[in-house]
Amino acid sequence: MFLYRLKRTVKLGIKSLWMHRLRSTLTALGIIFGVSSVIAMLAIGEGASEDAQKKIAQLGSHNIIVKTQDPPEEKSATGQQQTLKEYGLTYSDAERFRSAIPNVQVIVPNRRIAQEAQYRTHRASIEVVGTVPWYPQISTLKVQYGRYISDTDLRYKKGVCVIDEKIVKALFAFDYPIGEDIKLGTDYYRVVGVAREKDDTPESSETSSSGASSQAGANVGTIYIPLTTAKDRFGETSVQMNSTSGMIMEKVELQEIIIKVNDLSQIIPTKQSVETLLKAFHKKNDYNITVPLELMKKQQDIQRIFTIVLGSIAAISLIVGGIGIMNIMLATVSERTREIGIRRALGAKKRDIIFQFLSETFILTAAGGILGIILGLGIPYLVQYYGNMPTVVKGSSLILAFGISSAVGIIFGLYPAYRAANMDPIESLRHE
Amino acid sequence: MIQQYQDNLQFDTDKPILEMRDLCKSYFIGDGELKVLKNINISITPGEYVAIMGPSGSGKSTLLNMIGCLDRPTSGEYFLGGAGVSTLDDDDLSSIRGARIGFIFQSFNLISQLNIIENIQVPMFYQGLTEHESAERAIELAKMVGLGHRLKHRPTELSGGQQQRVAIARALSNDPLIILADEPTGNLDSSSGSEILDILHGLHEQGKTLIAVTHDEGIARESERVVRLFDGAIDKEEHNKKRNQR
Repeated sequence: MFLYRLKRTVKLGIKSLWMHRLRSTLTALGIIFGVSSVIAMLAIGEGASEDAQKKIAQLGSHNIIVKTQDPPEEKSATGQQQTLKEYGLTYSDAERFRSAIPNVQVIVPNRRIAQEAQYRTHRASIEVVGTVPWYPQISTLKVQYGRYISDTDLRYKKGVCVIDEKIVKALFAFDYPIGEDIKLGTDYYRVVGVAREKDDTPESSETSSSGASSQAGANVGTIYIPLTTAKDRFGETSVQMNSTSGMIMEKVELQEIIIKVNDLSQIIPTKQSVETLLKAFHKKNDYNITVPLELMKKQQDIQRIFTIVLGSIAAISLIVGGIGIMNIMLATVSERTREIGIRRALGAKKRDIIFQFLSETFILTAAGGILGIILGLGIPYLVQYYGNMPTVVKGSSLILAFGISSAVGIIFGLYPAYRAANMDPIESLRHE
Repeated sequence: MIQQYQDNLQFDTDKPILEMRDLCKSYFIGDGELKVLKNINISITPGEYVAIMGPSGSGKSTLLNMIGCLDRPTSGEYFLGGAGVSTLDDDDLSSIRGARIGFIFQSFNLISQLNIIENIQVPMFYQGLTEHESAERAIELAKMVGLGHRLKHRPTELSGGQQQRVAIARALSNDPLIILADEPTGNLDSSSGSEILDILHGLHEQGKTLIAVTHDEGIARESERVVRLFDGAIDKEEHNKKRNQR
């Protein structure tokens, strides 16, 4: 019985909406744009957040990254620049971290050098990372085939290297890289493994922002060699050409030290100890501490504000759409006063009239909601395709948007329907 | 459903189907009280054809609204089919309008967006008949008033007389206790008007109870009894012992 009534009422609603196609479409547009903007904005916001989270996660949530940075320029008394600059993290820093700070799980000292690699006739600008066998523990680096640098390699300063996939592409083309020799600087290194950073995004230039990389230009990829080998063969000084003062010698022992803490709650205290230690032993401000966890938290805060702002914009547009609907429904009700009077005289109860107008509003907003979802799915797709911005459409946002639009329909439809039901049947029958 | 209402029709012919006792209606405007109906006593037996007449402002429309359960009296009692309706709430009055009263209006009052069958179906819809039942009955009624060939037409595509015939079919759809006509010929030319009078006459012959509020002396002549209102009170009642044979 109820279902039959529902069917009849819905049919009637569609019929009277269809009679005023233009009006219905224009009214629904408010909801369509409201819903699609909710979905699109949430998708763009979510995409941006996920992208940032991914980048931060790549640095490692348990890690504290200490990097060497070029200290602020110090002019000597004569006003001339120093020709030999000695700064940055040292091996003793790494040693001190290990011995003085509790809760430290792994410490990875890295040396980064910009170099040119050559295999037969192929050349490529690359970054050489002098590192330790346990480097994969603190990064997303995964050995694809072959092996990683071993303890033996480190102890005996062997001339071996692990290359990343980009270098395989750049240097080897069709050859099998393992067992081949690559020339770095003046020496040859045997390739023992090929590794890959998970979700490799073009951010290697960011991670290698140490002083040495500035002269290298665009890097093709990274080659990992034992830290001891790097120290032995490349030394610790690099020469930089400067347009104003000619040659500058730089002496840097380590470009970065990555500390992995075994418990998340220990990250902040550990960071403070690291800071204290560095302050005690470095005269110049030649280091930079990055904590991915802090970045992540900051990012989440920004994301929350972002979501609130976007959400309110979308909510406002939905409310505007709802007001539009209410306006039109009020006009419809007064236009159909006589019909209401007739129906009341022929036995319609107040709730029948409420039901009739409410279902009309609901049909309008539900249709608007569905079209809005379709449009809302299209916008993120276009943004991703043309704007090159990642977007993530969540199922929950679709349900949310549709739910909100339906709720808006019912809330803003209630008053006009209530007004229609409470009109005096005698007056309405007389209405022209 | 319909059977149930037909059962209600099984009254003794001498027992009134409609009875008003000391019925008063006042409108309160500001501090003043405007008495529109004053102590109306009226009783109508099943199968009667009653015309209510009177000059403008005599309270005809208000009495019609009372009879049609569209309004509630200020005081007095109103029995319809033996049951008191003067104190019922809005929902119950709606149900009674739908089930027991068939309205015929001066300006037809068809719903313009619905076709003829759908218009006839409206009262049945509110009584909870299924689509199938109501459509079947609507077609039957449309054929009865001679519109079997225009079932899918919209009211605006019909002449005034045809529209009023649809309205009569609609009024009959729930097999009401009384058929209440408000100036049924008021908006029609004389030939369409007499067609409508013929149909009403036919309904009377079938034993339906008819109440018509009108200026039309033609209806008054057709009816068995004429109730003349003046200044909110019943002025006089005339019984047409011998109905005009047409």
